[in-house]
Amino acid sequence: MAHSIHGFESADLVPAIPPAGVATLAVRNALRRPAAVVGLMLLGLIAMMAILAPWLTSFDPFLISGPSLASPSLAHLMGTDAIGRDLFSGIVFGTRASLLIALSVGLVATICGVTIGSISGFFGGIVDDVLMRITEAFQVLPRFFLVAVVIAVFGPGIERLILILGLTSWPILARVVRGEVVATRQLDYVLASEALGASRAHLIRHVLLPQVMPAVFVMLGLMMGQVLLIEAGLGFIGLGDPSVITWGTLAGDAQGFFRAGWWLVFFPGMAITAAVLGFNLSGDALSASIQGR
Amino acid sequence: MQWFQQFAAFRCDSALRQLNSRFVVRRLLQVVPTAFGIVLIGFLLVHLAPGDPVAAVAGENGDAAYYAFMRHRFELDKPLPQQMATYFERVASGDMGTSYVHGRGSLSLVLERVPATLLLTGTALVLAIAMSIPLGAFAAGRPHGARDIGISAIVLTLYSAPAFWLAQLGILVVALKLGLVPVQGMTSAGSTQTGLARALDVAWHLALPALVLASQEMAAFVRLTRAGLIDELRRDHVRTARAKGLTERLVLFRHAMPRALLPVITVIGARIGQLIAGAVIIEIVFGWPGIGRLMLEAIQTRDTPLLLALFMTISFAVVLANFITDLAYGAFDPRIRVR
Repeated sequence: MAHSIHGFESADLVPAIPPAGVATLAVRNALRRPAAVVGLMLLGLIAMMAILAPWLTSFDPFLISGPSLASPSLAHLMGTDAIGRDLFSGIVFGTRASLLIALSVGLVATICGVTIGSISGFFGGIVDDVLMRITEAFQVLPRFFLVAVVIAVFGPGIERLILILGLTSWPILARVVRGEVVATRQLDYVLASEALGASRAHLIRHVLLPQVMPAVFVMLGLMMGQVLLIEAGLGFIGLGDPSVITWGTLAGDAQGFFRAGWWLVFFPGMAITAAVLGFNLSGDALSASIQGR
Repeated sequence: MQWFQQFAAFRCDSALRQLNSRFVVRRLLQVVPTAFGIVLIGFLLVHLAPGDPVAAVAGENGDAAYYAFMRHRFELDKPLPQQMATYFERVASGDMGTSYVHGRGSLSLVLERVPATLLLTGTALVLAIAMSIPLGAFAAGRPHGARDIGISAIVLTLYSAPAFWLAQLGILVVALKLGLVPVQGMTSAGSTQTGLARALDVAWHLALPALVLASQEMAAFVRLTRAGLIDELRRDHVRTARAKGLTERLVLFRHAMPRALLPVITVIGARIGQLIAGAVIIEIVFGWPGIGRLMLEAIQTRDTPLLLALFMTISFAVVLANFITDLAYGAFDPRIRVR
């Protein structure tokens, strides 16, 4: 049995009263791990790039600003592409679009997953059975191919991409939420709250969900990393939205020139890897901290 | 490898006898609606796709009577549920529509490309597991030690990198700079080799793409082997084995490893979709003649029937793989069958 000083990870150790600030404790505990520090530093760096984009570079990522296929130099830190656009500006501004996609998909998936998971876990019985079978069916759908086919048939578009990815990414969240709700449902403090006459909505929203959220954030981190990879893969096979610069579209544009300019391939891929690694490391550390390892 | 044969023979024998039909039927009942849902997605995509299919076939300037005739021929004048039933019937009989570009049944086009993709994914899966077991055991030797952290960091970075990026870097460094392996394709250009020479040629072309795909799949396996071993090595049966005076290698490989490896089966099932997605991208970079190249062509030529056939075939394969790995896990681990 895993042992933890906070004692909120296993049913037999959970006190009748929930420990104050489960999420705060989990985060504080996670921050003691070097992996979490590295992960959060990567994410922080990328968030800074997104926020400070206009101040970091003086070039417009859509405009020709130098010779074509110039290798990295002081003027063009990451070189220029086949028609002379500055790659560093592309990466910096691409951060905004790529993060926007990942966060929006995360939001859609959280809304669906938390709703379905908490209803399923709270009511149990036939509701649970039906919802979980639907969840499993959604979970086996190969997301990358579904998104690729829809985008190929209807044409590229960021909103479309967010919607389809969001509507197919929730199953893992729903299962995690359900599991946590089932585990906490019969604990003393929940029963006490119910005995005091709390409504079902109040129970789910104010009593159970705060307990469940750390686990949701773990999955959300891992999921957003995957969303970035799917977006990149779509951009690579030419299904990125040409009117928006993302890391994926940069990688896709580079494909034809990768022997002529290694930097065109190297830097977008590095940005994607750094961001996904940031999400994975942070998610892993938080998960380990919740489980008290 | 003797331990594994004993283990497998024993487990398979008892497992097949015990795998009760209720468990199989339960899982089958989950497969059917999912397969139904996949075909439904196919149908909806055909019908919601922008553009008039009749205008696409008959041209913009045909007369009204001709359009009506075509509509009737393709049953587009029938009510939607009936069209749906026809679509389901056709898919069930293996007809996924005619490719616009190739003018042939799209399913047969997809199936022709499956062997190359299977060769790539199969090799990568075996490579990934073969590399992960020693790495996981090495990392489990001293949890949170330097080599544990090092292995975890490398494996997680490979997992976090986009497949095309690793493939392109692999080509730039291993194929172009070092010249160790060929850059593109499955066989040498203009080769007429047969038999062993051909197999060696294919293996030489396969090495780098399979290694790239395997490096991405390793993360989950290493993590499972590591966690499983750390857990197993603390258990009583391992202590007994040590007390009997067995060597540490025997303890590790015969007593701890088989139980630690059990969850690997589920991971193979759960990741099969991502494995194929990775394979498709890597095939495109390496010019490997599998379903990946076919998919890229279908996207570039807007060949919707071919795309849908690809989507449905891959989805069916994923559902089937999940079903099989679930059964395998149920067979090996009796606890799963209870519910």
